[in-house]
Amino acid sequence: MAASNPQSGQDKLELVDGSKVAVIGGGPAGSFASYFLLEMAERADLDIEIEIYEPRDFSCVAPGGCNMCGGIISETLVQNLAAEGINLPDTVVQRGIESYVLHMDVGTVRIETPVDEKRIAAVYRGAGPRDIQVRKWGSFDHHLEELAVARGAKVTRGRVTQISMDDGRPSISVKGGEPKTYDLLVAAVGVNSPALKLFKDLDFGYEPPQTTKTFIREYFLGEEVIAKELGDSMHVFLLNIPRLEFAAIIPKGDYASVCLLGEAIDKELVDAFLNSDEVKECMPDDWEPEPRSCQCSPKIAVKGAIQPYGDRIVFVGDCGVTRLFKDGIGAAYRTAKACATTAVFEGISEEDFRSHYWPVLRSISRDNAIGKVTFSATKVIQMLPFARRAMLRMTQKEQSIPERHKDISQVLWDMFTGSAPYKDIFTRTLHPRFLGRLCWELLASAAPVRRSHP
Amino acid sequence: MKKKSIEKGALGKVYQDGEIITRQGDVGEVMYVIQQGKVDVLMGTNDHETLLRVAEEGEFLGEMAIFDHDVRSATLRAQGEVKVLTIDKKNFLKRIHEDPSLAFRIVQTMSKRVRELGDEVARLKG
Repeated sequence: MAASNPQSGQDKLELVDGSKVAVIGGGPAGSFASYFLLEMAERADLDIEIEIYEPRDFSCVAPGGCNMCGGIISETLVQNLAAEGINLPDTVVQRGIESYVLHMDVGTVRIETPVDEKRIAAVYRGAGPRDIQVRKWGSFDHHLEELAVARGAKVTRGRVTQISMDDGRPSISVKGGEPKTYDLLVAAVGVNSPALKLFKDLDFGYEPPQTTKTFIREYFLGEEVIAKELGDSMHVFLLNIPRLEFAAIIPKGDYASVCLLGEAIDKELVDAFLNSDEVKECMPDDWEPEPRSCQCSPKIAVKGAIQPYGDRIVFVGDCGVTRLFKDGIGAAYRTAKACATTAVFEGISEEDFRSHYWPVLRSISRDNAIGKVTFSATKVIQMLPFARRAMLRMTQKEQSIPERHKDISQVLWDMFTGSAPYKDIFTRTLHPRFLGRLCWELLASAAPVRRSHP
Repeated sequence: MKKKSIEKGALGKVYQDGEIITRQGDVGEVMYVIQQGKVDVLMGTNDHETLLRVAEEGEFLGEMAIFDHDVRSATLRAQGEVKVLTIDKKNFLKRIHEDPSLAFRIVQTMSKRVRELGDEVARLKG
């Protein structure tokens, strides 16, 4: 079925009844894109077909079903999805997060959720770590894929081996199969898939995102131990360990996920973190860094792709533009939805995507630039003991006095949860009250404080 | 994997049977999405409270507070154990300005309720 519309009398590239869309990648970006394409098409009385190509079965335990991610669904995304009619069931949410505990060498402080409610979800992208014994929860990615299938998408379990253009239309081959031609190709392959290389030969100017490596390790602790030791809190660490930018321990159902961000993460850095006093205090008494359940070193995008669209082709999620360090699934949702809205209501030409899709990606990229400044400031705080003490004191005071404005608490909450744009976080740090209190605490923190506990 | 009782560790806030989620006349700064269970929607006049309907899982409630500056038009009361997720007015409005289609389902819900009210008025007059 041709995607140009002869009835309009113009040679416009657009989806029409019978148009076929291929989505390569069945992770959140691919599933969201399929879901919203079908939803928008229904609103526009358009009958389109969607085929998702995904070699993995996310209902399998790692590594067969794993999508290598910390697995935090931000407060903003949880609310957005609820407004879209997508609720995350208890069978997928391993733990609702209600507070963040900030661990530093100078002390520890708990930052409670601004509302008395759990609105951050800890999930596993696949069915769980390698050594999982009893499957109590399902996969987040599988859940989203099923939502797309329930809307009408078809899933082909095959690895795409070739992508080419056939008479101006994208053509896709899977191993052992005949090439199939589509009216639109949505690439949702992330930055860790070998499928990303397949787009290099398509001559429309696409360059993949710049990436850096992260580190994720899983520990089985059991549901009771997790509840007792880690609770419903995400534990974040600002430690003065060379090359370590950010670290977190995320409680799931039976497991705890350790996530590290930094430069050239290697065994030495991982050992330094896991053997730190702050981590040992946070974990059970008899816990040791070995044995572990499984680990991986996935890449994350730190700078967006160049030209992530062309005629009849568009990149969503990580392989397009994502948020810096946080809320990658939220960015997958935003980009996938913007892609669907553009494709259904505007068209599928390069110009359509430039005019209506690119602005969303550009706003994420610009916000990331502010995010880099914010993370640089955090890095300075990590290196200066008196600055760490000042931050701790300011946060402790806000958390212990209910009526006090939660200036730094809100900044830290949004930084750790990825709930707010970096621009909003940065703007809040420029508030005179915030700056005044921070300056006061910086001066006051010249004298060491006693270590406190949450 | 289906769990029988409401999982307190997961998302949202759990209300016990008969607990008031929000009261008619209160200032509304959030809307609600029922995650599990049922919610009674009650409206009071003088000393009498009438059950308007029972809202079920997945339904939006209190959405008028997002779009107008009036107080809550009805009381929401948990019928049995209920789990409810709140959506903040301020942040949600900001996101609707970025992506107006985010309001589509709420408009759909409001549209459905206007139809139901119309049917109810016709039934009462008929």
